[in-house]
Amino acid sequence: MKQPRLPERPHGDHLGWLAVSPLVWAAHLLISYCAVAIYCAKYAPPDGEVTEVRWAVLVLTVLALAVIGWVARLGYVRHRSGQGIAPHDHDTEEDRHRFFGLATFFLSLLSGVATLFTALVFFMMETCH
Amino acid sequence: MSRDVKASDQQPSPPPVDAAVAKQQAMRLLKAWETPKGWRYWSAVNNTEVGLWYTICAFTFFLFGGCLALLMRVQLAFPDSSFLSADQYNQVFTMHGSVMMFLFAVPILEAISILLIPQMMGARDLPFPRLSAYGFWCFLIGGVFVCGSLFFGAAPRGGWFMYPPMTTQYQDGVGADIWLLGLSFIEIASIAAAIELIVGVLKCRPPGMRLNLIPLYAWYILVVAAMILFAFPPLIAGDLLMELERALDWPFFDPGRGGDPIYWQHLFWIFGHPEVYIVFLPSIALVAMIVPTFAKMPMVGYTWVVLAAVGTGFLSFGLWVHHMFTTGLPAISLGIFSAASEAVAIPTGIQLFCFMATLLVGRATRSASMLFVLGGLATFILGGLTGVMVAIAPFDDQAHDTYFIVGHLHYVLIGGTIFPIIAGVYYFYPLVSGKMLSERLGTISFWTMLVGFHVTFFPMHLAGLWGMPRRIYLYPEDLGVEGVNLISTVGAFVLAAGLLVFLWDVIRPKGRSEKADRNPWNAGTLEWIGEAASKPWGIRSIPIIRSRYPLWDQPNLMRDVDEGRYYLPDAEEGFRETLVTSAVDAVPLQCLRVPGPTFLTLWAAVFTGGVFIFGTYHWYWAAGSCGLLAAATIVGWLWTGTASVPALERKDVGLGVELPTYVSGPGSVGWWAMMIAMIGDLTAYVSLVFGYFFYWTVHEEFPPQGIRGPGLAAPLAGLAATALSWGLLVAARSLQRRQRGTAFYACASASTLLALCAALLFVAGPWRYDMDPTAHVYPAIVWVLVLWTALHLVVGILMQLYCVARRLAGKMTPQFDADVVNVTLYWHFLLLMSLMTALTVSLFPLVS
Repeated sequence: MKQPRLPERPHGDHLGWLAVSPLVWAAHLLISYCAVAIYCAKYAPPDGEVTEVRWAVLVLTVLALAVIGWVARLGYVRHRSGQGIAPHDHDTEEDRHRFFGLATFFLSLLSGVATLFTALVFFMMETCH
Repeated sequence: MSRDVKASDQQPSPPPVDAAVAKQQAMRLLKAWETPKGWRYWSAVNNTEVGLWYTICAFTFFLFGGCLALLMRVQLAFPDSSFLSADQYNQVFTMHGSVMMFLFAVPILEAISILLIPQMMGARDLPFPRLSAYGFWCFLIGGVFVCGSLFFGAAPRGGWFMYPPMTTQYQDGVGADIWLLGLSFIEIASIAAAIELIVGVLKCRPPGMRLNLIPLYAWYILVVAAMILFAFPPLIAGDLLMELERALDWPFFDPGRGGDPIYWQHLFWIFGHPEVYIVFLPSIALVAMIVPTFAKMPMVGYTWVVLAAVGTGFLSFGLWVHHMFTTGLPAISLGIFSAASEAVAIPTGIQLFCFMATLLVGRATRSASMLFVLGGLATFILGGLTGVMVAIAPFDDQAHDTYFIVGHLHYVLIGGTIFPIIAGVYYFYPLVSGKMLSERLGTISFWTMLVGFHVTFFPMHLAGLWGMPRRIYLYPEDLGVEGVNLISTVGAFVLAAGLLVFLWDVIRPKGRSEKADRNPWNAGTLEWIGEAASKPWGIRSIPIIRSRYPLWDQPNLMRDVDEGRYYLPDAEEGFRETLVTSAVDAVPLQCLRVPGPTFLTLWAAVFTGGVFIFGTYHWYWAAGSCGLLAAATIVGWLWTGTASVPALERKDVGLGVELPTYVSGPGSVGWWAMMIAMIGDLTAYVSLVFGYFFYWTVHEEFPPQGIRGPGLAAPLAGLAATALSWGLLVAARSLQRRQRGTAFYACASASTLLALCAALLFVAGPWRYDMDPTAHVYPAIVWVLVLWTALHLVVGILMQLYCVARRLAGKMTPQFDADVVNVTLYWHFLLLMSLMTALTVSLFPLVS
């Protein structure tokens, strides 16, 4: 198997990377909630069907999972870079880089699951009520 | 203990320092950090003093809240009891919840963190010690004011969540105002602490302590402080709106005039649910420090625990609607929040598994501290399981507002917060006081508390399932809950007895035999490097850190630190100094001079308190005068204590490293503080903008027909004036750097005038069209948005004038320009705020 290459500038890590996937989850949750709340309050037919919103949430979910998946892969590659193995507790730039990668990967997994949890609601419920 | 040997463990010690020189250095250092004596003691701002005061105060409020709980249990011990009247009971249960959440649970985490974070970070102090002191005094004054109301029969009666319309239309007196204004005042302390702790964790670490090496406690506190920043402002916005409704009859929550009580519930629970995690995570952070010590091995799954802390922090913001399952929101909306509520169990569970794995893999030793940890975790898990139950909307429909919820929340809060905090007291007591607590008394206290707790709160689940609603002061004899209520009451007194044993252990006189050894638990983290009790300097010299558990992994670290072989071993100029390092890799960036003792923070808190306390009684002249005095005191504090032009531009901090003593811009702690404060401020503002769109959603027509809006011209002209003012300020900053003083003054003056015009223009919109804020919620929310923006413009003007004065006084120079850089950062946010206000109030009605 090809050994993942250690980036030339491992010091380019930013704390913000940890937040990307959870923020995507948050955006997905908020947009889904606001969309369905507004639709149900103002535009839903009498039987409360939310078909359009369900399709929109499906598209949004695919997009969100794509971004989360991309960030997760990025994190995983960083975690596997060079020869280091977890727990990445050496005082080197490389281990800090790997630690960020692993934490980003884990947070992406959690965000992906939480995003699917939200999407499942739209899969299972067809109306506002 | 078995540990991998890393290349970094083999680093040589720094060269030794001559003993006589080291002694002189230590004396100078001690002099610089000396705690004031006599009555001046109360001017101290050092984290060791402020953190201790904070902790003692928070515990005192906890005991007060506990006494209120006992009063409630006495009342509920028997059916149809007349121990308390309905009105007294309402005040007691409202104050119990409010005191425990606002005056104990949140402040205690800030207290412990202020006390311990600098020790864990090997820092001399937090970057803004005066801000910590100001926060403490605000907390004390606000807390005494709120609690004191109970003794005059004037306490709030609306429950700790103060739902309108009950609190806006059906409760006379000042109780609700005391809650709204008194607790808003205390929230200032929380936000101040959040700023302090975020900057402290990110910028004041010892060299080498990269983010993959920081103590888990610091990760948790970083997450929690960020959560405070996003959770508290919506409540402050809600408090503002409710007070405007109570004092001026602006109908935000009055359905008769277009308002909606559900908006309050959104704002409250956007705060309230993260709040639960804001109090839980720091306590579990204590567990994350205690478990490795007693397991004698590093935490298993450090990265997993970081995932749990960060993940829980985020997910906790997606749960707020589960407190509103019975308000009639669309079921599909409930489903979203039910799903998120289940998801948060994942990271919560992960950290518990990590703790258990560490204990299983290591060789755990028995101690009172560990007993409280284990008891707390077991209790918390039970509360978590009932939490999963009530997160399911149909079950919540049945259990909502019953004693089942009371049982659930106490399992979570006492198991997840109180027990770990007591574990933390047993663990850290030697570090703070230099004495050991009694293991025997600790064990007695633990078992008494554990038994008392479960006997108190388990029966509440049954009472709830059998139909007993919460917040009732009487229940009839034939309801079938007499037995479980009596058991709960007996349990409550057993729990209180256990707590008294703990309290006695803490305050009893301790003889010489109980003097603590240094690092008595043989812990691996940096806070234990200090002497027991810690010296006011925090750490003798600031070391280079190469491990998550430096005391285990770095040979001779304690000796080298004690002998002053590392950074800042001296205080040649008599200044209090600490290191500022980079956020990710902890590379030294600055030798930060932190201000020393002052009474200014106490006076600033007294006057700020006056604004809120006099405001409660509608004594607006007195409140306004206090506001002016508070502003003058804070300006005096900033003028004398911040961004002083240094005599020495660079300083040798030891080991051949020379650092600047003054930094402006993103590298400085002041810039970070401004950024963090403004994020909080913007969050409060967005909560108000959310209100506008919330009303648009719930009304068929919003803005309603027949009520005029602020028009297009004035808000858009206000925006244009703000943009021009901002542009001139940015130019002024640049001109000042290029030493073009006259042009700087011209630009700053023009910017100030334009800002004044902008404020007037924003207010002119609703003024010109006679928008009456008491007539309907639409004019009220427009007025709130424009007044918020205008008020911020006025503050922006004061900041600009401050910069002009600083330059005139020679306290701001082309090289040392932190003041104008930070003010410009404020104005970036102000421009964004003005843009949002103008677009919302003027253009949105055209497209809605």
